[in-house]
Amino acid sequence: MNAPLDARTARTAATVRPIAALNDFVVKFANVNGSGSASANELFAKAILRMGVPVSPRNIFPSNIQGLPTWYEVRVSEKGWLGRRGGVDMLVAMNPQTWDRDLKEIEPGGYLFFDSSKFQPKEKFRDDLTSIGMPLTEICNATYSDSRERQLMKNILCLGALSVLLGIDAAEIETLFSEQYKGKERLLDSNVKALALGRDYATECLEPIGLRVERRDAVGDRIFLEGNSAAALGAVYGGASVCAWYPITPSSSVAEAFTSWCKRFRHAPDGTARYAIVQAEDELASIGMVVGAGWNGARAFTATSGPGISLMTEFIGLAYFAEIPVTIVNVQRGGPSTGMPTRTQQADLLACAYASHGDTKHVLLLPEDPTECFEHTAQALDLADRLQTPVFVMTDLDIGMNTRLCRPLQWDDAHRMDRGKVMDFEMLESGRDFGRYLDVDGDGIPYRTYPGTHPTRGAHFTRGTTRNAYAKYSEAGPDYVYNMERLLKKWDTTKSLVPQPVERRAAQPARFGAIYFGSTSPAMDEALEVLEEHGVPLDTLRLRAVPFPDAVKAFIDRHEQVFVVEQNRDAQMRSLLVNELGIDPARLVPVLHYDGTPITARFIIQRITAAAVGGVRAAAARRTGGAD
Amino acid sequence: MTYIAKPRLHHPTLTRNKVGYTRRDYEGAISTLCAGCGHDSISAAIVQACWELDIEPHRVAKLSGIGCSSKTPDYFLGNSHGFNTVHGRMPSVLTGANLANRDLLYLGVSGDGDSASIGMGQFAHVMRRGVDMVYIVENNGVYGLTKGQFSATADKGSRSKRGVVNSDSPIDLVSIALQLGATYVARGFSGDKQQLVPLIKGAIEHRGAAFIDVVSPCVAFNNHAGSTKSYEYVRAHNEAVNRIDFIDLAAEQTATVAPGGFVDVPQADGSTMRLRRIAEDYDPTDRIAVMNTIAERGARGEVVTGLLYVDPAPQDLHAHLNTVGTPFNRLSDADLVPGQRALDALNRALR
Repeated sequence: MNAPLDARTARTAATVRPIAALNDFVVKFANVNGSGSASANELFAKAILRMGVPVSPRNIFPSNIQGLPTWYEVRVSEKGWLGRRGGVDMLVAMNPQTWDRDLKEIEPGGYLFFDSSKFQPKEKFRDDLTSIGMPLTEICNATYSDSRERQLMKNILCLGALSVLLGIDAAEIETLFSEQYKGKERLLDSNVKALALGRDYATECLEPIGLRVERRDAVGDRIFLEGNSAAALGAVYGGASVCAWYPITPSSSVAEAFTSWCKRFRHAPDGTARYAIVQAEDELASIGMVVGAGWNGARAFTATSGPGISLMTEFIGLAYFAEIPVTIVNVQRGGPSTGMPTRTQQADLLACAYASHGDTKHVLLLPEDPTECFEHTAQALDLADRLQTPVFVMTDLDIGMNTRLCRPLQWDDAHRMDRGKVMDFEMLESGRDFGRYLDVDGDGIPYRTYPGTHPTRGAHFTRGTTRNAYAKYSEAGPDYVYNMERLLKKWDTTKSLVPQPVERRAAQPARFGAIYFGSTSPAMDEALEVLEEHGVPLDTLRLRAVPFPDAVKAFIDRHEQVFVVEQNRDAQMRSLLVNELGIDPARLVPVLHYDGTPITARFIIQRITAAAVGGVRAAAARRTGGAD
Repeated sequence: MTYIAKPRLHHPTLTRNKVGYTRRDYEGAISTLCAGCGHDSISAAIVQACWELDIEPHRVAKLSGIGCSSKTPDYFLGNSHGFNTVHGRMPSVLTGANLANRDLLYLGVSGDGDSASIGMGQFAHVMRRGVDMVYIVENNGVYGLTKGQFSATADKGSRSKRGVVNSDSPIDLVSIALQLGATYVARGFSGDKQQLVPLIKGAIEHRGAAFIDVVSPCVAFNNHAGSTKSYEYVRAHNEAVNRIDFIDLAAEQTATVAPGGFVDVPQADGSTMRLRRIAEDYDPTDRIAVMNTIAERGARGEVVTGLLYVDPAPQDLHAHLNTVGTPFNRLSDADLVPGQRALDALNRALR
């Protein structure tokens, strides 16, 4: 404990004032994957939340089980901003591998918390930061004999020290311990002791810093939940009984969570299961099972990510054309190909909207947070039955694999599963005309029958080949066109059934509009407030589904220019808007963030400010006859 | 194909089975396959097996992939729902359908290209999972609909109609099904209905993954000299290990005591499968011995037919997953949806 003392007492250069912030800062933990940091980090975030201050944590992790760098970024924001802010106020540097690049991210005047057990040369530090060294390894080695315990408790000691530095109530952490280790008294005890050890050291040896957490009442009744778990619960509430899947990051935890929810909610009194979960041999088989179950009248879903969607496209085309209910939760990651498996993007929009060969169009739902993952997945199962078609729930890694503060989950107990147009035995027996692909109601949606319903009526041959309205094989042009036009009519019907967009008007009249969706929401919420302060008021429309309800075109028509904010390179949502609504592309200005990290408010503000100012200049130049 | 429409009126004296149907009630649309196609004989055998077993036609779900064989479900059991899926992927669709409603009989019809070439993966995994089904491969060694290319079951050295010699090793689906855990494995020949109908009946009664490889010569593209899947070749090289009679316990109680040449294999549903032994010492319940026999005979160029293997106590996917007895497609909101009270508790726990 000798050499590092220099570093521990290092102060910031006189010219840079240490950051002082109350309930509004970003702490980033740099860890080694597999070192047990994840649960300690989560305790850190949750303890602040229990103090009534909103937090939004994000895992930034590699495609790896052990050894590679991993980060956990916690944004503390009393105002409730849940998007990634950008920049770091305090770095908890527990990974020497990434030391140099991690230090670069810290804002001037920020704080560096590090393990001072091992000597670090002076040039490894920044003189505009406050460096806080604590000999974590030394203390743990002196306290614990078991090597695993030494490693794990380091995280708890660190948590203890941070709680003192930031003013986090130790009682909240202890309560969390007691919830986590209920019935495991020995573990509870050792964690409480480690926490105290860390706190004692910090109280004695470390100086107070400018970042503080103070108790507030800004969380309300909101809950803290991961999107994948929420989507899985949505599948339970939506009545899914068959889940077929193939493991793929970042969607695997949807099926795994569905398994746990089913164990809790779906066993009959005699212990038998009211669900079947099959880990298929590949994505072709998983979607095939969903198609088979949907055809036979059970609610079924799969969860996957980009590469899985590519493999599923043939079946998606069959389900579209043969009109079979299918629900697909797509937790998007960075593409193309294997791409960035552990990074986030919204880059499967076109691949899903038009999946498979021939003329196809698919329904996409666009949840913004875990609560909507729950709601949209449940609704997707209703819509799939109602529309007899594939429905995609387009979430992403940012929503799916991070714990997010969101509205509590609600369910209308009066709601009944909408099984859509199914002719049962009585309807068939009564002699009603049954044409599997006949548009009897004028909404493009035909009636179906479940196999085994009636001895002599309603049976038909489902196929991907063309057929007439009575499901008889036919390659006759008029039969084909009737069917394809009916599918378009069904697409029109869909517009009024999907979740409608959410519009928000600026306080003052706005020339510009902005369209966004999905995980961009929190960053957008924050950007809007700042932009308004900067004199760039924006009307916004948050898309919640494709096909686009009429309100979307009306919104675009009302504005001179509309920014389309999305997380992919090719402005895929903008292409969909142009393609589906016939919008003049010049009126839709792309704002694109696609490096694999979640979009930030800073990024949106910077891009929109630049474009808005540039746009005003260009318009002025046009008015004076000047060149653009 | 035939252009003569099937008569709508049937002779009033046509025999009815116990559920009141005549054999005609099990027929489907007119086949569009080539005249003399082995596949049509298999369709006829399916019709006869279902009629004889008193299965209500609408309680059967017929699933297929793509190809000549996969078109056939349109040509039998016209009052059953059918699903012509995508190429090589019928097994997964059948698996999902089976999970959705365990009360129907699932009949998967496929071809050698559909199962052994493009669909090899799904074929393997549906057997592993023990899906309760009858899976029939109508095996002719060629792609008929695309005019005569070899499939993966074509024998090495076999000659195509255009004179091309196949240099790839063949896949024997029977051996693979055995290895992967199918609990009823048989091979028949489309030209031998006497043998095929009982094989199908046995498969229908079997409560697990039942697989029948039916050698079914393609009269258009694989029925010439040099083909090992022609009528002539198969008749010359067919080595039947047994003849089976399916015995429904309720009907033929007296037949349970078998004379020397028979072996009775009790089935899980209480009925009995009677095997008339042709080969000496052939025990269809010894999986390892069966695999050896097939390999030995195969090396001698013999096509072993008959009921090759049966597990008298099979388990299916529903048993593995411990699913509820009610078909999933009949579960109600009360069975499936936990409701707001459960959410209230969850919301509290998530703060």
